[in-house]
Amino acid sequence: MSLIHYQSPEVSIWPAFDRWTNLRDEMNSLFDLPMMGYTRQGQLFSGWTPPLDLYQTDDNVVAVLEVPGIRKEDIDISLHDGMLTIAGERQTETVEGENAERTERFSGKFRRSISLPARVDAGKVTASYKDGILVVTLPKAEEAKPKKVEVTIE
Amino acid sequence: MNNLTRENNRQTTTREGERFITPPASVSETADGYTLELEMPGVGKDGLDISVESNELSIVGRRSNNPIGGTLLHRESRPHDYRRAFEIDPSIDVGKISARITQGVVTLTLPKAEEVKPRKIAVS
Repeated sequence: MSLIHYQSPEVSIWPAFDRWTNLRDEMNSLFDLPMMGYTRQGQLFSGWTPPLDLYQTDDNVVAVLEVPGIRKEDIDISLHDGMLTIAGERQTETVEGENAERTERFSGKFRRSISLPARVDAGKVTASYKDGILVVTLPKAEEAKPKKVEVTIE
Repeated sequence: MNNLTRENNRQTTTREGERFITPPASVSETADGYTLELEMPGVGKDGLDISVESNELSIVGRRSNNPIGGTLLHRESRPHDYRRAFEIDPSIDVGKISARITQGVVTLTLPKAEEVKPRKIAVS
């Protein structure tokens, strides 16, 4: 009886090291990308995550999404249960005989959802798209607006 | 071309301490030249500054100010302007570089000089 484990010559211990090397390469590739900020690193694994900002004014809730180079028709904005969802797709046209030397731009689908801080009037939502920035303005429902109550002191 | 893909972006902060975002870029090559695309959301035609100086192509995009006002509840975007530089290959005809910006995407067309384009020689 031997205390040394039998190891078939085909199965080497090196695959484990290969995985480690791959991981290291992946880590290195992170540093090769331009600075995108930590919030956008998720897109390496899950597609495209355009940055979203949310503002609140007295009358409106405003969502701002940076989605450069998309067609208006490919943007889909929906509102459900106080949750705003903006989805879309960026089409890429490949030209015949073109040779990609560097590709950092993301194409394909994205979907962002954010819960709104106040009740909004779903029928009055407007959106504009300029310079690659989508601005969705959601007017607050009357009861959600701050009210000034005049109280007369006697 | 071996150089359009080489960047001179080691510095994202200028001497004046101004911070820039390095915009994502795509470069593609055809027989006639190169196409360079950069994403600069928030930049309009007036905010774009493209220059070539001693073989360095530099693209600076400044955001037009459209303050929303109110209270910022959630922020993922970065408010800085954009800058990116590329070393351009001698095969490019610098005088014929053209650019356009559509919905935050800058597209530069860099034609190759006539003498370096592949040419078909007719055999008589």
